[in-house]
Amino acid sequence: MQEVIGLFAISEILRGLLSQYFSNPQWIDLFMALINLGGILTVISMSAIVLVYAERKISAYMQVRIGPNRVGPWGTIQSVADMIKLMSKEDIIPDSADKKMWILAPVLLFIPSAAVYAVFPFDRQAIFADLNIGIFYFIAVASQSTLPFLMAGWSSNSKYALVGGMRTVAQMLSYEVPMAFSIVGVVMLTGSMRMSDIVAAQQHGWFIFLQPVAFVVYMIAAIAETNRAPFDLVECESELVAGPFTEYSGMRWALFFLAEYSNLLAASAIATTLFLGGWNGPWLPGWLWFFLKIGVMIFVFMWFRWTFPRLRIDQLMTFGWKVLLPLALVNVLITGIGIYSYKLFS
Amino acid sequence: MPKTQTYTLNMGPQHPSTHGVLQLELELDGEQVVKAIPYMGYLHRGIEKLAESRTYTQFIPYTDRLDYVASMGNNLGYCQTVEKLIEIEIPERAEYLRIIMTELNRIASHLLFMSSLAIDLGATTGMIYGFRDRETVLDLFDMVCGARLTYNYIRIGGVADDIPPEFIPATQKFLGDFPKILEEYHNLLTGNEILYYRLKNTGIINGKQALEVGLTGPCLRASGVDYDIRKVESYGIYDRFDFAVPLGENGDNWDRYIVRMEEMVESSKIIAQAIAQLPEGPFMAKVPKVLKPPAGDVYHRIENPRGELGFYIVSDGTTKPYRTHVRRPSFINLQALDEVCKGLLIADVVAVLATLDPLMGEVDC
Repeated sequence: MQEVIGLFAISEILRGLLSQYFSNPQWIDLFMALINLGGILTVISMSAIVLVYAERKISAYMQVRIGPNRVGPWGTIQSVADMIKLMSKEDIIPDSADKKMWILAPVLLFIPSAAVYAVFPFDRQAIFADLNIGIFYFIAVASQSTLPFLMAGWSSNSKYALVGGMRTVAQMLSYEVPMAFSIVGVVMLTGSMRMSDIVAAQQHGWFIFLQPVAFVVYMIAAIAETNRAPFDLVECESELVAGPFTEYSGMRWALFFLAEYSNLLAASAIATTLFLGGWNGPWLPGWLWFFLKIGVMIFVFMWFRWTFPRLRIDQLMTFGWKVLLPLALVNVLITGIGIYSYKLFS
Repeated sequence: MPKTQTYTLNMGPQHPSTHGVLQLELELDGEQVVKAIPYMGYLHRGIEKLAESRTYTQFIPYTDRLDYVASMGNNLGYCQTVEKLIEIEIPERAEYLRIIMTELNRIASHLLFMSSLAIDLGATTGMIYGFRDRETVLDLFDMVCGARLTYNYIRIGGVADDIPPEFIPATQKFLGDFPKILEEYHNLLTGNEILYYRLKNTGIINGKQALEVGLTGPCLRASGVDYDIRKVESYGIYDRFDFAVPLGENGDNWDRYIVRMEEMVESSKIIAQAIAQLPEGPFMAKVPKVLKPPAGDVYHRIENPRGELGFYIVSDGTTKPYRTHVRRPSFINLQALDEVCKGLLIADVVAVLATLDPLMGEVDC
């Protein structure tokens, strides 16, 4: 059962179908790559729609409200209506903006947040590019999203946007460091940066039990990386109106929004892969397990967002450099000692 | 050392957290505030001038529009001032009803303070919870006078109407639930580390400074000055109730928050005592249809949720006042902003603004 509806089995069936029409195996590979790409992009764009709805319903549940309930049954197609509204809005470009940079920023932000999906192990053997430096690739590509925020903030030629952009750089740079170090613990245990190896190593025990500190550090850093409350200093509406997005509207703003939810999904997917055993799980197909665990992680992220007040910028920096980073480093040290003594005694 | 320059940031009048239409001109050095100048007048309606062309009774609804989240207090302040001028006796029942209403309004107003503080600090859930329970109080007012915000309930000589029979049980139920509600807030907000570190030791104003600026109300008491007009210069029948005046120590944002949270408890105690003592009888004194106070002037002040609300009326013996002046606590409390904000970060300015709790309807009058 698990094997039959696994993603790899589905791709094999597709491959078989394609081979009836094309004799050249290179053509088949190309088509399969395109199909995979389409699948990933569908996941990203669908995720925004689903997650916006989920966020609104979950926040409503936490805040003794009802949430969207007008468009479609239980308001399920509210996000579709929102999307249509955003797409049909007038495209406003501020006069004093640096137009090229301003237009480029949302697109550039979306690219890295989509590119990281290449290394996600959705299921057994279902990974777009199983790089031997998979997790390194994730950190490297994900960190690229700092620049577009600064671009958006700078080119808007608005002071709120500029302050927001500056905050983004400070925040994302300083939280990348503890995040990378928290991942190092897992890499040390596996001895490989390949995503499939990391998942395979968790077949008998999830790394969350071996690396609880790393998990906590990763979670906190990931919230800061995705700019969500309590670390949403980038776009904190009570101070900076909307930070770098202040001047954006319509579809351009929607791209930022899409990237934010895509980043949220990516951060949850990495947490699932590194700490929660990836697609490992009994009875159900692997990809279902993968998405279930992602769902749990996203719920936790949303839970944080709707519970905590926001930190101040100096507290944020202090917390990142003076608490999280030492914690992550100590975790690396202890993991090293643990691995060494384990080898010594076995 | 590279050369840096300060820049100005116009915060408001269209800004999510300037509590209406306040404009702040912030001079910033990076994120640090060098100077904070409040600009007001966007909501100016000339209420004081309007008073000169209205009779004494006609002016009561205008007072609703001053501090529009604590209208009962405004009504009370104005009516007691006029009563002082015309020297009239108020029936016992009316006095008690006035106390119940103003104290309920104090709770509603402080709940709104808590909500807006929560959302200014990014805790959206805290806001929704505060609004949920404020709604209960507004429903009580709805029962009494049919309005949720601008009540026009307290009149010269008493109150507009007697309370309906379902009011007392509903109020008692609210008072019974109130400790539970407060505990929920304390779990969600007060006990939160982030909130504590955001508010503690920021926006400090000590007692001496506070007196110099003219702060009144919870903001002054948070600085440790024991000054509550209900105690110092008791008006109405406040001397019959047993309640404490919560005081802060440092005068920082945290103290201003805690003092208001504790004031709500004291208010609920007053309401409970007032309901227990509530006598039967008329709710309105015999007041002449046309009020013609003797020539002269009068000043009267009460403790509104935001501070000392004073009315100064000059009468020339006709049906309309010669001059009416309102001492609005929000307006004067706002003067402390620049002093408090120096050296703080942008995020703290928002917090300070939330804890000073100015209400633009009252600032601009």
